Amino acid sequence: MTPAEAIEAARRAGNETFILNLGPQHPATHGVLRIKLTMDGEYILRAEPVAGYIHRMHEKMGENRTWAQYLPNTSRIDYLSAMTYTHAYVAAVERAAGIEVPRRAEFIRVITSELNRISSHLVWFGAFLLDLGGFTPLLYAFDDREKILDMLEAITGSRLTYCYYRFGGVYNDVDDAFLGAARDFVPYMRERLKMYETLVTENLILRKRLEGIGPISKKMCHKYGATGPVMRGSGIAYDVRRMEPYSVYPELEFDIPHYPEGDCMARYRVRMEEMAQSLRIIEQAVAMIPAGPFQTPGVPKSLKPPAGDYCFAVEAARGRLMVRIVSDGKEMPYRVRWRTPSFCNITLFEEASRGMMLADALALLGSLDLVIPDIDR
Amino acid sequence: MNLPEPIRLVAFLVGLMAFVGFNAAYLVWAERKGSGRFQRRLGPTEVGFAGLLQPIADSIKLLTKQLLVPPTVDGLLFRAAPLLVIIPAMVSLAVIPFSENLVARDLHLGLLVVFSFGSIHVLAVMLAGWASRNKYAIISAARVVSQNVAYEIPMLLVVITILMTTNTTSLSEIVQKQAGPFWHWNIFRLDQNPLAPVTFLVFYICMLAETNRAPFDMAEAESELVAGAITEYSGMGFGVFFIGEYANVLVGCALATLLFLGGWQSPIGVLPGAFWFLLKMYVLIFAVMWVRWTFPRTQFYTLLNLSWKVLIPISLGTLVLTAITLKLF
Amino acid sequence: MDINKPNASQGVVSPSLLAEHPLAHLVIPFEKVDYARRGVHFEARVEPAQVVLAAALMEQEGFALDAVTGVDWPQDNQMEIVYDFFHPMMGWRTAVRTRVRRDLPEVPSIEHIYPGANWHEREAWEFFGIHFSGHPQLTPLLLPDDADYHPLRKDFAVA
Repeated sequence: MTPAEAIEAARRAGNETFILNLGPQHPATHGVLRIKLTMDGEYILRAEPVAGYIHRMHEKMGENRTWAQYLPNTSRIDYLSAMTYTHAYVAAVERAAGIEVPRRAEFIRVITSELNRISSHLVWFGAFLLDLGGFTPLLYAFDDREKILDMLEAITGSRLTYCYYRFGGVYNDVDDAFLGAARDFVPYMRERLKMYETLVTENLILRKRLEGIGPISKKMCHKYGATGPVMRGSGIAYDVRRMEPYSVYPELEFDIPHYPEGDCMARYRVRMEEMAQSLRIIEQAVAMIPAGPFQTPGVPKSLKPPAGDYCFAVEAARGRLMVRIVSDGKEMPYRVRWRTPSFCNITLFEEASRGMMLADALALLGSLDLVIPDIDR
Repeated sequence: MNLPEPIRLVAFLVGLMAFVGFNAAYLVWAERKGSGRFQRRLGPTEVGFAGLLQPIADSIKLLTKQLLVPPTVDGLLFRAAPLLVIIPAMVSLAVIPFSENLVARDLHLGLLVVFSFGSIHVLAVMLAGWASRNKYAIISAARVVSQNVAYEIPMLLVVITILMTTNTTSLSEIVQKQAGPFWHWNIFRLDQNPLAPVTFLVFYICMLAETNRAPFDMAEAESELVAGAITEYSGMGFGVFFIGEYANVLVGCALATLLFLGGWQSPIGVLPGAFWFLLKMYVLIFAVMWVRWTFPRTQFYTLLNLSWKVLIPISLGTLVLTAITLKLF
Repeated sequence: MDINKPNASQGVVSPSLLAEHPLAHLVIPFEKVDYARRGVHFEARVEPAQVVLAAALMEQEGFALDAVTGVDWPQDNQMEIVYDFFHPMMGWRTAVRTRVRRDLPEVPSIEHIYPGANWHEREAWEFFGIHFSGHPQLTPLLLPDDADYHPLRKDFAVA
């Protein structure tokens, strides 16, 4: 039933519908998202997301800065998974200008991206459980995240919005202290993931809250272009690191976790497994990282990639991130287009939440792992 | 000392109000410190030693805040609702015996008084939600009503079970019937009620649900309904609801202690009765807080299913079993 | 519930290794493109009126919509719309490009084929003023509700 039909049916049955505004200030919509819910009692008849409360027009900013000056902007689009966003932009420009990246820099990029992915998933984990009423795992997750942030701060200087990659490599080399810390982090985090499994994932209340709730079919993912854990939680094993391999991912061994059920529990399990797989990648990369330069010499300060349009896709923590840059041979980009994962993931919320109760719809929203600045840019 | 009756009563009532106020303030402190420790952080430490003056600072803040009454609310009901939350709790405490002599008014129908006033709590939250004219508040009020009505039934069935074994509704007498070594406490009296520990558990769960404590706090589920029925209250209005919530927890745990754990009866016969009563009550309150910070929230229909489909059959079962046991043995 | 290794150990079979062009049978001609340089495997240039047909063919072949991008070319007096598609199973990337006149940019909407295009097209409309005919709700998505300007046009002054 389409929303209009559902509302008509409710009216004919004598039930009054009312409009409830979820947000923009609301503890459960992470960031400023407003959803206009037309409700019949506790059931949602129509959910209309209203975006734009944190729209900063990054795409226009791209046209007013040089290619290098735009780098700090890239982290602010999705601040939780900032490294991967910078990676997409930097790699797109490198593709355009034909800049080679030394192997050591590629390995550094992989290690830092995967650490960033784990820290992003830890925030999702804490916040999702907070939505469901379990206040405590958030602080345990943030405790683990502190270790990652300390590691990354030592080499990049930032805790959240890193601006670490440059055209042709990275800005700063990693030292043995960082590699040692990353190597020690892997077994520590594996223990913690086991603890989360027994303490949280197997909790009966949580399982009742998530199993069978918010089913998203493969067809729905396909129609709306939803990617990342949303698509993998519906059974499609699509990961940009495998389907459009980039950097040194082809040399690393990791699995793509996917579960066929399509409910909130499947998406939850996909993300927990992804953290384990990221640890595998970090372990291998730290062992395989070669000595050598961390930046290609000779990249001009004022870069002017040849005219044309180019694109690059990476697997961000939330799904497929694609950057399309159009260059006209000048030192400022002509057009930068960000195809962000949360933008495409949220479009399916309207169809997926029809007929659900409010509490379940919030569980669905949490399991989509949306970051609102990612939607609005 | 033997004071004339009116003065004794007034002294007790003042004492009770002080007790409720002190508890509301310091249970909040205990909750914040406890939750901090459960979450691997410290909780308040700045104000006073170990944050002990934090509740005082919070009370001063609440008292000095503007009492915002939004213009669209129903004036009388909006202002009456917080009072209706706190008064029944205090009245219930008047009949609860803290020890052999420490009871404000030992009524023969003490148990009935507690439950009658306890059911006013539902009305009060409903009024708060309704009078606020706020959609979130109304959804929350509707949930509170369904939840509380659902959980009052198993609670009362459990109480009837106890009544069958003790034959009296006077709370002091119920405690006196549990005199002796600790295996005389109702929770261990398997000769009268073979499922006594189960009965205690049912009562405890119903008490959590009646006082809207997690994991049954659907009504004020912060992450969904902002603050639920009390969204529109600010300053001391909110403060009174808060005190009311803790007072209800106090009454609930006090009742659980009296009915099941022997009230002020001491297991080793050394220290005064009041000490044991307070100790047992505070252990139960600590467990209430512990549960809150450990489990996530259930969905609303799971909550109601738990009551209607699980707890009511169990409590009916124990009722029948107790009746059979008492008749036969 | 299981975790499987993907079929190819290093990912998809690159279309450049395939003997024949996998999209050769379509009525709209898709050219092979240097993926390593441009980031797409196949590209097609169509007239605005053929956009719906192109989207339908992509949907038929199993592609999902990646993005709808608008680009303003005032020097050619045209606006370009680029539709990006990705294949979830095979990992191929295609782009469909079309150009419309700048003073009256209009292109048919593909929202009925890909519901995900709803928001992409709304965004392209509010940033460029490109009208997607047949779109159910061309109202501002990210800009304020009463916005009557199109910020990503090249003649929009950034004060």
